[in-house]
Amino acid sequence: MTEVKNDTSQVVLSASAVCKEFPVQGKPAVKALDQVTLAAHKGAVTGLVGADGAGKTTLIRIAAGLLIPTAGKVTLLGLDSVEDSLEIQSRVGYMPQKFGLYQDLSVMENMNLYADLQGVAMGERKERYGRLLEMTDLARYTKRRAGALSGGMKQKLGLACALIKSPELLLLDEPTVGVDPVSRRELWKIVYELVEKDGIGVFVSTAYLDEAERCDHVLVLHQGKLMAEGAPEKFTATMKGRVCLVTPSQKISGRGLYTRLAGSRGVVDTTIRSGRVRAVLGAADPSVLHAVLGGLDAEVEVVEPHFEDAFMAMIPRGHDHVEVVSEVAPDNAPTHAAKSSDALVHTHDLGKMFGDFAAVKNLSFSVKRGEIFGLLGPNGAGKSTTFRMLCGLLPASSGEIQVAGHDLLKSRAQARARLGYMAQQFSLYGQLSVAENLSFFGKVYGLYGKKLKERIGWAYNEFSLGDWRDTSAFGLPGGYKQRLAMAAALLHEPDILFLDEPTSGVDPFARREFWLRINGFAEQGVTVVVTTHFMEEAEYCDRMLIMSQGETLAMGTPAEIRDLAKSPQNPRPTMDDAFICLAEGRVPVSQHGNGGE
Amino acid sequence: MDSLRRILALVMKEFVTILKDPKSRFVIIGPPIIQFFVFGYAATYDLENVRYAVFDESRSALSRELIAGVEGSGKFRLTGYLEDERQVAEFIDQEKARLVIHIGSDFEKQLQVSKPVLVQVIADGRNPNVALIALGYLGTIVQDYNKSLVERGLVQLSGPGLQLVERSWFNENLRSRWFIVSALGGLISMVVVMILTSLSVAREREFGTFDQLLVAPFTPGEILIGKSLPGIVFGLLDALIFAAGAVYWFAVPFRGTIAALVVSLLCFIVAIVGIGLLVSSLSMTMQQGLLGAFLFIMPAVTLSGLATPVENMPMWLQQADLLNPVRYIIVALRNIFLEGADLYMVWPYVWPLLIMSCVNLPLAAWMFRHRAV
Repeated sequence: MTEVKNDTSQVVLSASAVCKEFPVQGKPAVKALDQVTLAAHKGAVTGLVGADGAGKTTLIRIAAGLLIPTAGKVTLLGLDSVEDSLEIQSRVGYMPQKFGLYQDLSVMENMNLYADLQGVAMGERKERYGRLLEMTDLARYTKRRAGALSGGMKQKLGLACALIKSPELLLLDEPTVGVDPVSRRELWKIVYELVEKDGIGVFVSTAYLDEAERCDHVLVLHQGKLMAEGAPEKFTATMKGRVCLVTPSQKISGRGLYTRLAGSRGVVDTTIRSGRVRAVLGAADPSVLHAVLGGLDAEVEVVEPHFEDAFMAMIPRGHDHVEVVSEVAPDNAPTHAAKSSDALVHTHDLGKMFGDFAAVKNLSFSVKRGEIFGLLGPNGAGKSTTFRMLCGLLPASSGEIQVAGHDLLKSRAQARARLGYMAQQFSLYGQLSVAENLSFFGKVYGLYGKKLKERIGWAYNEFSLGDWRDTSAFGLPGGYKQRLAMAAALLHEPDILFLDEPTSGVDPFARREFWLRINGFAEQGVTVVVTTHFMEEAEYCDRMLIMSQGETLAMGTPAEIRDLAKSPQNPRPTMDDAFICLAEGRVPVSQHGNGGE
Repeated sequence: MDSLRRILALVMKEFVTILKDPKSRFVIIGPPIIQFFVFGYAATYDLENVRYAVFDESRSALSRELIAGVEGSGKFRLTGYLEDERQVAEFIDQEKARLVIHIGSDFEKQLQVSKPVLVQVIADGRNPNVALIALGYLGTIVQDYNKSLVERGLVQLSGPGLQLVERSWFNENLRSRWFIVSALGGLISMVVVMILTSLSVAREREFGTFDQLLVAPFTPGEILIGKSLPGIVFGLLDALIFAAGAVYWFAVPFRGTIAALVVSLLCFIVAIVGIGLLVSSLSMTMQQGLLGAFLFIMPAVTLSGLATPVENMPMWLQQADLLNPVRYIIVALRNIFLEGADLYMVWPYVWPLLIMSCVNLPLAAWMFRHRAV
């Protein structure tokens, strides 16, 4: 990778003391950016990482000339972002989070449209298109409607459109959100190619912390302030000796270990990776783990740190970050194997057609009581469609569904009373206050009087929503909205919890908090069916099903799925590796499905 | 009991969302009041201040008397006294006058020898309604004038002394305001109810909250009741307020029974709620819901008989109009207000509304769950 030069002539983007405030009615203005000073160089990938609401998108939108900074100045290619925005637009490529593709136009028509808008000369187009189509591997699909492309292909087309006029600088705002691992890898390949061959500068924001390691230079934004910057190696170097992998033993399951470590003093971050618990310590002193793990025979191994570990250790956890309290101690909880093995959710040959488009094909699986079952796959894989059919929101075109012995579309209303549902988008009543929302959903599920009061009190406690009780749901900050949605779904103590993309659009902190909670509920015997497009989250599931374009790629426990990608070169593959293997067809199809019967 | 609690929770929620949202609050209060007064004052066929000009070649005492009669009626306003025949065209073409009264030079002479005499009236036919009504007024004035001539002995009655005496029943002075205002309550409440209900399911679909209701242990019937009640309550309230406004503000007589009024309005509003919820349950977004509501409102009002008589429409349209709920309520309301109808007399207009409710409401409830998303 190119070495970053400190030569000022190589600077393609610089921000000096940039501030941006958004006025809020009746409250002090929100500081989205606070005195941010940074630079990005030619021939390098500069990554912008940070939690949700850190100010990443605001900064990129200012650079693209779409927002005017409250104070300070952003210069691109020597041009001022406010005064020279017209010239900037012709020399800088910008790809927003949701690129404005015209869904009803074909791939080629979209490219023509953007070429027209950017004023690309007719003579140059043929060569340019050829290069872009080859780079994005879209040449075969030029006649296809943009709306009919998969999520990853849409992003690639968006990138092609942003690159239509050979920009000198490329601004990318979270280009890989909701994109499957294969497409993510391809998108990064394109970015590297541009940097290496054309020598342009790329300024990219990302929510995937593993992508930060692919950048030449990383900027960490937190609550509008630049917290740290440097090469990724600089970040990981400080973490040496502070990252341990703990292997579960006979005495404690991976999940029990995870719950126990998550609340321990001296442990700043815990995740489940490839079946083992990855713990990030506050200091390079593994002895704190021994105190927690005493007598459990769990093996501790110090491993190489990743950028993510550094990030999680660096960002201070604010007072709004609650410690999750699980009601049942993990040790007392029944182990998963001991639970009854009857299938609570069962589908057979499930299919769904929209017109002549098959969104879901021949899906068969079953979920046992007390399991966390994950439906994984990129956007557009058919997860949500499957999910809506399970919940009785969408009629199936073929096959059979049973949830707790009923087809919810046809069954009596009471069959749904034991079900908790959390939709993909925030779907509570925005005008109603937190208290009114909880009270409404409680009453809907037959809670009243003392019991209702007790459960709402529980929700206030468990999700720290008490202080917000009179705030309207629309007025809640993102993370609290998600908590409220979850509280509403859990108020009536359901046996089965359906969660549709609960972690999409949620920052790494909220995601960890969320999984810790789910873990707690599963320990209490709640059956959880969850969809996600984050492959690494599969580690938290007992079993899972990977989907792609409506078809089942594989099903089994996380270990079984990972093993599919096992090879001499890659003895400990990740979920991403497994998905890529499956998507590329390197694993024989006959091998999957054995975990489901 | 559980079911009742769920419905109660849903109804409460519906009311709170409508009353908390400034836009919804406005829909219930603002436009209906504006419409009530706009319709009440503006929508009238009665003419006032009709511009007219006189081309009086007779210039006699009798011709001046006739013109004084026109002037004294209060319906006409003189805009010019013409000297020349050519000016007639100018006045009509440039809309300086809607009517020109041309009195011939032999007007007085002929009258004095009791011969029939013609007074020419040139009317601007570009707006036929105005022209016809104004000509009607003039006819009355000329008739009165004739009568006075005979009474004063100035002219001998030539024909048989037969006179046509017109008298309109129920609306003695043919005040078109009575005709329109008495039916306004139904019309305006329909608009309010259509907008409220057509948005109610569509809003929840757009925000994703409808899924939340569908996965909850609600039966479609329970959702239907919860969704209908606010529309019925607000619609009926609006309609009754406007009925009172018609009586106390516009002084329209109320000759029927309160029971007939409440029952027919209630049945009408339930029928409209059925249509509104059907539209809403078919819509995925609020925009679609609102569009659907207007798609219904426009033809329903045009074909309702509020402004133009249903009898004037072609037969096939009249038959199609049997499906238009607004048509029934307008006739029912007029009968109650002006004719003094009681419950028994409005029954023929109430039962078709009941049938419509019985079809639309269950259809809407079925659509809640079966609208493929």
